[in-house]
Amino acid sequence: MKPRTSKVLAFQLAALLAGLANGLNAQSPEERGLEIAKEMDLRDTGFGDSKAELEMQLTNRHGETSSRQMGMRTLEVVGEGDKTLIIFDQPRDVKGTAFLSYTHKVGPDDQWLYLPALKRVKRIASNNKSGPFVGSEFAYEDLSSQEVEKYTYKYIKDEVVDGIDCFVVERYPVDPKSGYTRQIVWVDKERYISMKLDFYDRKGALLKTLKFSDYKQYLGKYWRADQMNMVNHQTGKATRLLWRDYVFGNGYKARDFDQRSLQNAR
Amino acid sequence: MNQERPNPRAGRVERFAAWTLRNRWLVLLSSLVFVALTLVGTRNIRFDNSYRIFFSEENPQLQAFDALQAIYTKDDNILFVLTAPEDDIYEKSFLESVQWLTEEAWKLPFTTRVDSLTNFQNSVSQEDDIFVADLVEGDVPSDSSELSPIRDTALNEPLLYNRLINGQGRTTGVMLTLTLPEKDINEVPMATAAARELEARFNQKYPEVDTHLAGMVVMNNAFSESTINDMGTIVLPMFAAIFLVMAFLLRSVWSTLATGGVIMLTLLTSFGIMGWIGINMSPPLGSMPIMIMTLAVADSIHILVTFLNEMRNGRDKRAALVESVRINFSPVFLTTATTAIGFLSLNFSDAPPFRDLGNVVAIGVVAAWIFSILFLPAFISLLPVRVSTEKKAGWSFFDSWVDVLLRRRGTVLAGSVVVVAFMGVMVPRMELNDQWTKYFDTSLDIRVDMDYAEENLTGMTNIEFSLPAAESGGINEPAYLELLDRFSKFYKSNPDVLQVNSIVDTMKRLNKNMHGDDPAYYRIPDTRELAAQYLLMYEFSLPYGLDLNNQINVDKSSTRVTVTARDVKTKELRELIAEGEQWLVDNAPDYMHVKAASPTVMFAYISERNISSMVTGTGLALFSITVILIFALGSFKYGMLSMIPNMVPAILGIGAWSLLYGEMGMSLAVITGMTLGIVVDDSVHFLSKYIRARREKGMDGEQAIRYAFHTVGKALVVTTVILTVGFSILGLSSFRLNNWMGQLTAIVIVFALLADFILLPAVLLFVDGKKKRKSELVSETEVTATA
Repeated sequence: MKPRTSKVLAFQLAALLAGLANGLNAQSPEERGLEIAKEMDLRDTGFGDSKAELEMQLTNRHGETSSRQMGMRTLEVVGEGDKTLIIFDQPRDVKGTAFLSYTHKVGPDDQWLYLPALKRVKRIASNNKSGPFVGSEFAYEDLSSQEVEKYTYKYIKDEVVDGIDCFVVERYPVDPKSGYTRQIVWVDKERYISMKLDFYDRKGALLKTLKFSDYKQYLGKYWRADQMNMVNHQTGKATRLLWRDYVFGNGYKARDFDQRSLQNAR
Repeated sequence: MNQERPNPRAGRVERFAAWTLRNRWLVLLSSLVFVALTLVGTRNIRFDNSYRIFFSEENPQLQAFDALQAIYTKDDNILFVLTAPEDDIYEKSFLESVQWLTEEAWKLPFTTRVDSLTNFQNSVSQEDDIFVADLVEGDVPSDSSELSPIRDTALNEPLLYNRLINGQGRTTGVMLTLTLPEKDINEVPMATAAARELEARFNQKYPEVDTHLAGMVVMNNAFSESTINDMGTIVLPMFAAIFLVMAFLLRSVWSTLATGGVIMLTLLTSFGIMGWIGINMSPPLGSMPIMIMTLAVADSIHILVTFLNEMRNGRDKRAALVESVRINFSPVFLTTATTAIGFLSLNFSDAPPFRDLGNVVAIGVVAAWIFSILFLPAFISLLPVRVSTEKKAGWSFFDSWVDVLLRRRGTVLAGSVVVVAFMGVMVPRMELNDQWTKYFDTSLDIRVDMDYAEENLTGMTNIEFSLPAAESGGINEPAYLELLDRFSKFYKSNPDVLQVNSIVDTMKRLNKNMHGDDPAYYRIPDTRELAAQYLLMYEFSLPYGLDLNNQINVDKSSTRVTVTARDVKTKELRELIAEGEQWLVDNAPDYMHVKAASPTVMFAYISERNISSMVTGTGLALFSITVILIFALGSFKYGMLSMIPNMVPAILGIGAWSLLYGEMGMSLAVITGMTLGIVVDDSVHFLSKYIRARREKGMDGEQAIRYAFHTVGKALVVTTVILTVGFSILGLSSFRLNNWMGQLTAIVIVFALLADFILLPAVLLFVDGKKKRKSELVSETEVTATA
């Protein structure tokens, strides 16, 4: 934890200096945006690991619904993107299928899938980050860990959303393979967490809106939303993510997130 | 209630006509103010840009298609057809141009998906891993040894073959899927303009590649383009033609000008009220101006012919006008009412644009009547109309014709019956054909481009099925996939089918990939779990916009099968649809007995649906018109007899069309009701004069027929000429439905004149024979000055 502490200190010092400088030399919207992103990242740093149960509810314009159940384990990796393991529980024909990903701050993520019916682990080509996550309205890139380096930022304004005072920040994906040209994020000024996200597609049109609700605090510090609602404005489809049973401090090790671990993850 | 009746009314009408002339400035001014007020409504008029307008919300095929689109994705498309300069699409520089276009196409408005040869998500096995990527990824190799695998994959891929490529290898398609929000009427023109702009940029960058732009969105855009096009190429010649015919027939410049005024005011009023009601412009309504102009002329003609005759007979202008209004008030009102009823019967059509057409034309017809009895006399009274007083010789033709009729009445009647019977037999032989891809003629680019696409790449004729599985996730069951495969093979074996797109081909390919690309494994996975997990893995590998949402529903409990057929005639298409639906009934469990859905399917049934609904409408119109005539003519017998000349022209016209062309589109449904209202006018004029001669002049059948010919014969010929010219000009429309409607209506109108000149007198002679109605009194006051 030592390096992190010093990093935090250094950052706080930098922020303090920046704050001081602000009075003399006005901060640009880009700097302000980056600063907000860094603060969000900072406040979510240090949780170590977590696990949770996830229910995914899909709806189409015709009113048809479908549900998927999965467990999700996350291991925080210092200085790099997190490692995530998702184990499918429902629908039953994919039960036991496990998806492992190593997020990277720069460059494509590493992904593997374990198929129990074939009893084999397959590596997945990684130009897919813009693709939908198991047929939902969430792209893989919407769910993978949000690293500061994945975007460039621009602070727009302050706005109140659902009674919460927010920063409105625009961010632009760095990766050309991203499905978006920009996103607008509403950040709670007090807790530095996302309240709402607008996604703009490659032609610059509003594609989706994601709303976070029912935030709960864990370990007295880390905020997790129990509900995430994504609406696709173009297709009329929607996906709701319901999170429950968050557990922190599971003591996961790196070997719990390697390819061999996939096969007996349940 | 017969003899006394005309007097008080005539007195009222006379007073009314005189009042009009006294207050002519007030009449003129209020007409103009009224038109100006209605004109404000035109700013509400918009262009409808979709094939969807032809289907009412209750249309079962539309509902089925909407449901299908709500379950999968809402698809409208734009297809770029690219032709390689060297007739080889598997060549470096050409593939680069496809890559460029694919990349740029994502940026077009409303685009949610782009499919091309280069971005096809090919899956291959690589060292025990599966690799999913664009078929042509990154830099295109120049080496033919590296290019040939691309060709081999493409030619063997059922999802590409006959869809984006074909065996000839000289053309390929870049298919854009658009999800139109349907919030703004300008979406289609916007998307089309953007696609054309992209095409222009492409042509600039790759001048050696030949491009054609097809697809549903571009076709939808052609709906307004063709309407606007027609306005220029048809409405203006129509004006010219009307003026020429009028000038020739009336031999009076000022009268022609006055008619022009009536036409203009009527047309503007119709457009204005159309806007106030909130009716949008659509191709069928493109025929509205011509119809209204033509019908408006008919009213003016009757009034002007009498007026000019009166002046030739030596009356002064004012007296001639009053007399003309007096004589024509009732018949013109009657024909206006019957014509309006005929057009209002279009409300029974299942296609909303035809309802709109009927209503707007009915409004126009009423407006024409009002302007003809108010504005026209007031306006004429201001003009320096002069006529030569030398009397022209009467049409001796009519006399000789009546002589023939009298001598050969039996032959004429029998001959007429034979002809009508023969044509009647021809009617059911008409084939109903609504190939929407052929709705526009080759003067429009879209038709040329669609024909090119059809000939060189693939068809636009799709039949879609949403095939449900037994339960949630059931599409992964081998039994389901097996059935899907058999269904797909069933359609593929049909020579009219170009391609069948279903998830089963992807499934087989994945199974092969998972077994080191061993061709022996190009088959359906053995278990549901395998299929589900392959699919999950494939879904994990797909990039933005190229997911399976357009083929599999969210619950994985149904999949979409798209059958692309050749652009066959509607009849064959209906057979193709029925065969597939029957196959499901014979081979699949109950829950899979679904109906096909797609725009093509909707158009395949549109004629029948419209015709069955219009049978009621036309029947009702015929009934009300007959009742009106019974009262107006004051005779049950002649009212009933009028049904003969009213119904026969449509039978003759449709029979003749069937003989000449053999096919007709959905406009057939509205033609009977529409022409009914128009042709009634002829029989009304003829019968009313005949009856007047019998009752008021005590003439016998022969004399009465001679009298009728003399009084209205010429006017009927004149109006028929104008109506025929008008509807023939509509026959020049670039939109097939209007084109056919115009031509057929013109034919029916000519037959109506023939029926009134040949069949009706023969029938009257047969019915009234030589018996003279001596009881009828001659009404001295009713001596008409015409003829």
